[in-house]
Order: sequence, then structure tokens, then C-alpha cells
Amino acid sequence: MNLAIRDIRYHRGRFILTSIGLGLLLGVVMSMGGIYRGLFADALATLNATGADLWVVQQDTNGPFAENSRIPEDIKYRIAAVPGVAKASPLSFQTIQIDRLGKPFRFFLIGYDLHGFGGPPAIIAGRNIRQKHYEMVVAKGMKMQLGETIRLGLHDYTVVGITGKMVSSSGDPAAYVSLADAQEIQFKKDNNLIRNERARIEAKLAGIETLSPVQAKFLQQNISAITESTHTVNTVVARLEPGANLQEVQERIGRWNHFRAISDEGQKTILTKGMIEKARKQLGLFRLILLVISAVIISLIIYTSTLDKIKVIATLKLIGSQNRVIIGMILQQSLLMGVIAYGIGYALISLTYEKFPRRIVLEAFDLQVLFVIVVAICAISSFVGIRKALQVEPAEALGG
Amino acid sequence: MYAIEVENLTKIYGKGVTAVTAIADATFQIEPGELVAILGPSGSGKTTLLTAIGLINEPTHGKVVIDGAVVADGGWLPGLDLKRIRREKLGFIFQAHNLIPFLTALENVMIALEINHLTRTEAKKRATELLTALKLEHRLDNFPAALSGGEAQRVAIARALANRPKVILADEPTAALDTENGKNVMVLLKELAVENHSAILVVTHDHRMVEGFDRIFEVRDGVIVRETGKN
Ligand SMILES: Nc1ncnc2c1ncn2[C@@H]1O[C@H](COP(=O)(O)OP(=O)(O)O)[C@@H](O)[C@H]1O
Ligand SMILES: [Mg+2]
Repeated sequence: MNLAIRDIRYHRGRFILTSIGLGLLLGVVMSMGGIYRGLFADALATLNATGADLWVVQQDTNGPFAENSRIPEDIKYRIAAVPGVAKASPLSFQTIQIDRLGKPFRFFLIGYDLHGFGGPPAIIAGRNIRQKHYEMVVAKGMKMQLGETIRLGLHDYTVVGITGKMVSSSGDPAAYVSLADAQEIQFKKDNNLIRNERARIEAKLAGIETLSPVQAKFLQQNISAITESTHTVNTVVARLEPGANLQEVQERIGRWNHFRAISDEGQKTILTKGMIEKARKQLGLFRLILLVISAVIISLIIYTSTLDKIKVIATLKLIGSQNRVIIGMILQQSLLMGVIAYGIGYALISLTYEKFPRRIVLEAFDLQVLFVIVVAICAISSFVGIRKALQVEPAEALGG
Repeated sequence: MYAIEVENLTKIYGKGVTAVTAIADATFQIEPGELVAILGPSGSGKTTLLTAIGLINEPTHGKVVIDGAVVADGGWLPGLDLKRIRREKLGFIFQAHNLIPFLTALENVMIALEINHLTRTEAKKRATELLTALKLEHRLDNFPAALSGGEAQRVAIARALANRPKVILADEPTAALDTENGKNVMVLLKELAVENHSAILVVTHDHRMVEGFDRIFEVRDGVIVRETGKN
């Protein structure tokens, strides 16, 4: 006869309530694990969707995600010409926050070369961008409809396609436009500023007496064209030919002035070790604290439920029960409570994780590890109860 | 062979000036099938005597022999499995009936059998038989809280009898019952003593309850002052 189950059956209301409480706690522990994995998945989403072997960025920076990086767009030709490089494609990244429907609306805008790579991963509704200007593909997470328009900078952009889950490394949903549009949004100067700058250049050139007016005019046009140019990108990504030596290509580009070539692996390290390290530690600490709290709660519950059963335990000893019968009763109750609470926590998180504002990734491995930890906590926590139970004297059954 | 033999049994609680001699130099023998009462006022040492025989309370001096086996001689013999002797040879009945609240009447009897290595089926069969014999067949699936005092005490008796012990020790089994129910329990114990050939030692402070007992020991301040009955 299983005493643990019989006791639980008799006190089922209390048992169910405690299990639910504990289950909520374990659900939070699971969601923290899921948030941590989600952080990882988000951080690497753009990286993985791009599928590049190399990320060429501004010298001495950890760009384009962890740090700012600006390089000229036309370096793509030089990169494409490096032996071993199959394809090179420029990309622009920027985070935009505008007011939409009266609320701040934040997203990650990716500009890509329509003939290159790094564009939307898979179109689930509508189509890809076809025209060079004012078309946009948005991630599902943007919650925009096909045909909807949005004003960015000086122009309206129309949603022509919707892609699956794509987010920035900080979890904002992504949108795609052509590189030229993205450059305009990111680098195009304000008209007043342009006018001012032209006037200043003109004034400076007019101060140089050796220049003829024609020369000055020519120079002014050229200088303005350079300062007004928007042909800047954040990175040029490259894919290598099969069998090409990654390190060789990397070193070769690194030897040019002003550039750094980061491998996909290197980018992963920058993103995971640098950018989300603090968040990871924070979540880890929270999880640890919650597990300690769970352990304390389980111990307390088991201990008090043992105290409630002193008389029962004394009676069992009196009629000659073996210690294993008594230990089994306490240990099984503890384990059962842990397992049921785990089940409740799991059910809770499975039903709700898609509704969390940030991505939650539930990995089987994490859940299994947590299960083992919960079982271990229950076993250890029941020791306090078991110790108490073993100290009970059979004579205690006699007291009225 | 005697079911219980006690020789110069003494129990002293505490030490030095605060020492209390609860039982002093008790000597007697009880045969199988005998129904014996220990009668005395509160605090006279009845429970101490019973628990010293029942391997719950270690004697300070003297000898205890249960079913021919010495269990205590100036303290418990080293290396004894007290629990095993309790579950195989002794049955206990107490005032507060000490049923396990989360087990049904049937399960309360079954647990005593299962810890003595009977299978579930065997335990269920024997427990049902016992409870039926005690007229509790309609109460098998009730929890103790739903039983009347008399019914609960009969379940406790069934549990004490479950393993056909050589010795049954009952401490004030009627104290929580009204006179009629109390008398019924005593009559039942008497029948069982004869039927099972067990020695039954019943502690009570109520002299009205000891009618028909084979022998009665009267205890005052830890000393057996009078013995009435056969021989
Ligand atoms: N565990 C104990 N520690 C100290 N003194 C005790 C203990 N149990 C009983 N006594 C004392 O021993 C005496 C006999 O007690 P007890 O055997 O319970 O008597 P009865 O059962 O006849 O009422 C009493 O004076 C009581 O106070
Ligand atoms: Mg007493």
C-alpha cells in the first residue's frame, strides 16, 4: 500500500494548491531559461539568416551589430575580386523608432542589394521587393498588412511582402528595403543642412584668390557630391567558394587599410559573449535564486507535513513498520509534489510562451536538466522531514 | 511456555534527585489465552509497565521474556530487532485509537499485515475477514473520522490482531468510550483471548471494566499491591 499517495488523496486540496504554487514558480524558472535561449536565438537571427562566411566592417570595430561600422559601398567590388570569394553583398542596418497609431513603434531596418544576398529569408505572404524604391518586406512581428504604407524619412514605403520571424539582436522585428532606400533613410542629410553646407563650401572656395570662378564652381560641385553621397554601408558580407581558405581571405582583407573581416564564428562570439553576456548572467542568477526559493519552500512543506504526521509516524513505528516504509512515504510525497509541480509549470509555459513579448525558446535539453534539478531538490529537501521522522519515538503514539 | 514473563522489572525515569521510580520490582507470568487487567489510579505506573513489556520503553532493571525469548535483562538485549518483534509478536491497542487518519478502516488493518510481508491480496482478505468478524463489514471504506468511537476502537483491535500476535497490550482501550461500548470492547477482548490463544494485558483505571478477567493486578505508586483471580 502506498502511504504517500493515500495521504495525498486524503489531503488533496492542500496538495493540489501547493503543487500549483510550486508549479507557477517552476514555470517562471522555465520561462527564464526560455528567455535566455530566446536571447541567443534573437541575437543570432540576422547572422544566421544572412548566411555569410565573412563580415567586412570598419577597421578596429566589432560591427555591424555590436558597434557602429561605416564603410564605402563600392568596396564590395574589391572584396568580390579577392580569390576565394564567390559573392560579396553590401548591407545596411539601422534601428528605427517612429510613432505609429499613437504608440512608439520600433523596428530594425535592413537594406540589402536586390541582386545580392542578405534579404528576407522566406516570403510567407505577398512577394519580394521588385522595384528599386519605396517597397518594403516586413517580418510577421511588425503586425503590418500587405499594402499598408509607412513614412520613413522623406518617403512613404508600401508593404509588398511579409516574411517569417526575423528580429534584430535586441528582439525588435525586422523590415527590409532596398539598399538605396536604406541608405537614403540612414544617410540622407536634411535639405536645410545641405543648403548650408553648399553655401559654406562656396564661401570657403571664394576666399581662395587663385581659383577662377569656373574652377571654384567645378570644385564646389565635386565637394558637395562627396559630402552628400549616401553610398555608405555598415558591412559587406561575403560567401566563399567551396574549398576556399577562410583565414587566408580574412587576412588578405585585413591587410588593406581601414577594414576588418570577421568570420561568421567571430561574429557569433561577439554577439553572444559580448552583447548578451550580462543578460545571460542576470537570468542565470534569477534562475538560481528561484531554484533556491523552490528548495526552501519544498523543504518547509515537507517538514511541516512531517510534523503533521508525527502521530502517524509514531503509530507506524509502534506497530513495527520498517524505516523504509516511513522514509518512502516522505520521499515519495516530496518527489510527487516536485514532478506534479514541474508538470504544471511545463503546461503553463507551453500554453503561454508564444504570447510573451520576447522570444522564448524551450529546449528539450534545458527542460530535462531542470527536471533532474527539481527531482534532486525534492530528494534533498525531504531529508529534513526524514530526519525528523526518524527521531520520532514509538511512545509518542501513546499520548492522548 | 509463558506468553509474558516479567522478573524484577523496574523503570526509573530521570536521574538523581528528580528520578521517578514508575515501576518497582514487578514480577509475574502470563499464559497464552489469559486475559489480565492492570488496575490502578492515574500516575500509578500502568502505562510504564505496559510499554516496558511492549518494547517501547526500555526497562532500567529486570528481565522481560516474550513468548520464550528474553528481550530485556537490565535494559534491552543488544542486537534485537525491536520493530520486528513488535510487528510479529505484539499487538497494541490504545486509548486514542491511533488509527491512521488518511487510511480507510480496511487499509488501517491491511498496513499492519503488509509491513509483515503479506501480499496485498492476502492482506486484503485477512483484513476483510477480521473486520467482518468485528461487525464492521459496512465500514471497510470509511476513514477513521467517519467512524464512531466504538467502531474506531474495533478497527484498532482488528489491527492489533492482524498478525495473530502472541501478546496483545491494551492501554485504557475503553477510556474514550461510554460504559456500554467499553464493556462491549472488553467482552470482545475476552473472546479474542480465548479464540486466538493470545495473552491479553489490559490497563485500566476503571474497576467496572474488569469483570470476567482471569486475573487482576492492582498497582499503586509503581508497586503491584494485590493480585486477584486464579491461583
Ligand atoms: N517519560 C517520562 N518521563 C518522566 N516521568 C514519567 C514519564 N512517563 C511517566 N512518568 C512518570 O511515571 C509515573 C507513572 O506514569 P504512567 O506510567 O504514565 O502512569 P499511568 O499510566 O498509571 O497513569 C508518573 O509519575 C509519571 O509522571
Ligand atoms: Mg497511562
